[in-house]
Amino acid sequence: MNILTFVVNVLSIGIPFSVALLLASTGEMFNQRAGVFNLGCEGIMSMGAFLAFMPAHLLQNTSLAPYANLIGIAAAIAIGALFGLLFALVTVTFRAPQGIAGIGLHMFGWGVAGTLFRYFVGGVTGVPGLKNLPIPLLSRIPIIGPLLFNLNGLAYAAFILVPASWYILFKTPWGLKVRAVGTYPRAADTMGVNVSRTRYQALVAGGMLAGLAGAYLSLGQAKMFADDIVAGRGFIAVALVYFGRWNPYLILGGSLLFSVAQSFQLAIQVLGIRFPYEFAVMLPYVLVIVVLALTPGSVTRGPAELGKPFDREKRV
Amino acid sequence: MNNEPIHSLAVEGITKRFPGILACDSISLDVGEHEILAIVGENGAGKTTLMNILMGLYQPDEGKILINGREVHFRTPVDAYATGIGMVHQHFMLVPNLTVAENVLLGMREFQKFLWQDMEGVRKRIREISERYNLPVQPDAYIWQLSVGEQQRVELVKTLCLGARFLILDEPTSALTPQETDDLIALLKRMSSDLSIIFISHKLAEVTALSDRIAILRQGKVVYRGTTSGQSVSNLASLMTGHEVVLPCNECTGGSGETILEIRNLKVRSDRGFFALDGLSLSLQKGEILGLAGVSGNGQRELADALAGLRKVESGSILFRKKELANKSPRSIIEAGIGYIPEDRNEEGIVPPFNVRDNLILKDFRSKHFCKGPFFRFDETRQNAEELQKRFDIRCASLNVAAGSLSGGNIQKVILARELARKPEVLIAVYPTRGLDMGAEEFIHERLLELRSQGTAILLISEELDELLNLSDRIAVIFKGKILATMPTRETSKKKLGLLMAGISGEGAA
Ligand SMILES: Nc1ncnc2c1ncn2[C@@H]1O[C@H](COP(=O)(O)OP(=O)(O)OP(=O)(O)O)[C@@H](O)[C@H]1O
Ligand SMILES: [Mg+2]
Repeated sequence: MNILTFVVNVLSIGIPFSVALLLASTGEMFNQRAGVFNLGCEGIMSMGAFLAFMPAHLLQNTSLAPYANLIGIAAAIAIGALFGLLFALVTVTFRAPQGIAGIGLHMFGWGVAGTLFRYFVGGVTGVPGLKNLPIPLLSRIPIIGPLLFNLNGLAYAAFILVPASWYILFKTPWGLKVRAVGTYPRAADTMGVNVSRTRYQALVAGGMLAGLAGAYLSLGQAKMFADDIVAGRGFIAVALVYFGRWNPYLILGGSLLFSVAQSFQLAIQVLGIRFPYEFAVMLPYVLVIVVLALTPGSVTRGPAELGKPFDREKRV
Repeated sequence: MNNEPIHSLAVEGITKRFPGILACDSISLDVGEHEILAIVGENGAGKTTLMNILMGLYQPDEGKILINGREVHFRTPVDAYATGIGMVHQHFMLVPNLTVAENVLLGMREFQKFLWQDMEGVRKRIREISERYNLPVQPDAYIWQLSVGEQQRVELVKTLCLGARFLILDEPTSALTPQETDDLIALLKRMSSDLSIIFISHKLAEVTALSDRIAILRQGKVVYRGTTSGQSVSNLASLMTGHEVVLPCNECTGGSGETILEIRNLKVRSDRGFFALDGLSLSLQKGEILGLAGVSGNGQRELADALAGLRKVESGSILFRKKELANKSPRSIIEAGIGYIPEDRNEEGIVPPFNVRDNLILKDFRSKHFCKGPFFRFDETRQNAEELQKRFDIRCASLNVAAGSLSGGNIQKVILARELARKPEVLIAVYPTRGLDMGAEEFIHERLLELRSQGTAILLISEELDELLNLSDRIAVIFKGKILATMPTRETSKKKLGLLMAGISGEGAA
């Protein structure tokens, strides 16, 4: 078997796999930069996946069919925003412990999506999903073309989001405020930055991206919906934010590494190498843990106040 | 932003309560144009609270704020900035992982565009201000790279960039070197020709040198208001504390001659990687106070860290009763009998969310006295806390409040109580009176001398020459990670120390 074909095969599955992780962890990065971690990411992704799937499923044979995907994506973003808002209300306004609130949000989103799915749809049904949009000329470059320039619209959007969110975070006033309220909210407050509002905005933006990540899973990747469609990717996304040191480019690297490892272990299983498949399945997760453990920590870069609610009149 | 000048600012009957504490008790004060009002008072008197109310950070329970005779309501700091009031806080309000310019930009709406930030505009404004007041800052340096003195300057520049015409300075000098302090005082004097200033400090000499008028707070009340001229430092101190303050002096000189701690050729790296201690040697005798003088940033922090087991020793040794302590765990160092009063109270001295009672047994919670098997003996811990509270005059609403909510001076007393009660054989005291009022300073000096007379060896790290000259038996000067000179206190003088601290030794110092 040719090594090159093997590598290309692994990448051609791995790269599209990375998109959902990339979207979700970029969203989570904004949350955490503002000082709030949202473990409910997985639940938002479930809801996003479900709501994106529904229009495609319901409108399949109607005249609205061409718009079904767009409606679905909009619905996924909207539910993400709504969940982000809800999470902000609970953790920023009511100052609930973020870990518990996040797990609650996860279970809520996951449960509601599954229940609604069984009630309205029932069994497994496919949808046409998003079509690939090959980019003229570029997609014809050998090897690289099919790998990078023959993806669906959401995937392109996700990759463009990487430099865009770097710019937003480091070059716009909003990004500056987000970084300040995540590191030293009291200082931001004395400078007239509205800490709560900034955290709300970051959480809503993060929720929207998590919803979009869900839409990618049901419309772009699986082209169907199932209860466990997210399958822990929401939590991996949270881990990737730490892995990526709250930096969009490193997060992109982490998403790719994890997804390619995932596709690599699938490929190994298909090859039929005598290797216990349980270990192969563990590989990507072990990889993330090992890299996380080996990267040196840095106090000067991360959001120092991550996880702590802010109260102007409290000293501790 | 309106540009109406602030001819007068007054507060009337301001009252602010925190759970269990009346922090401001019907305070009335006023400041006129181009005037410098100094506010002094014991730790926890309510100075910072009152200023936070003026800045819109806290809402008063009662009372009002008047500007030019008209009542104003500040709901957020933005409102205060808009009228031209700016404050340099007791704890720096600078985001460490942002640059100076980015920190300034946070508060300047006019340079915040929707999709980009006008950094050039901010830099220009910073340069204007820093030239006008002669306050050099580098706009593109990260805050974490700056020394405390530089950060102080950035705070001032930042506040002025925001258009402050009325400056509030809450203990701006407590972390500055004597030289930096003199510069700041001179600068403020110059600035008062176009600004009004409220100046808070515990150093009464600065207050008398700088201010036009003085207000003294005690337990949330104004107990004295008057003009500065004609007031002496000792007079003010007694007005402030209610009794005459006499800072104690170390009369008998010389320790017992028995060396208890010997530091040889110590090499330790700073956070930024270079050798902050570069072959430092020092020895400490039983029953003496050895003062370590030096401009901060010359290795004091690293030395204290290394002695407490909090920083890796690259080479050299720390011998305590001939036993090696370098690179031992903090626990074994504590158990060997070394006490430590750290520079950073909130980070290393206490666990801020724990209550006072628990903070008082942080180093002894394993002892049989305080626990029985896996359980605490609550009666003992409470008794211990009550005793120490009485002995050290710790003022707090109750022993069950979070230690982090206490005022700076009282946090220091908690640490001191815990460390001294353990009767250490060696005590490392780093800036033990920084930010404390004169009464507390007197008290702490007395305790240190008392401990000394009981045979404890004390390494006193300080920048205050008066404190060092008053307390030490011998004084060593640290410069760039080495000991430049060690001498008996009676053979030295302020001038000589000042030169040595600047790194001038030998003939130049004579
Ligand atoms: N946010 C808060 N929550 C609870 N108590 C507080 C708070 N802020 C201040 N206090 C209490 O109010 C009192 C006044 O504190 P404040 O900080 O104003 O004192 P201060 O005069 O500035 O003292 P220092 O000289 O030590 O800075 C103290 O007893 C303090 O414990
Ligand atoms: Mg104060």
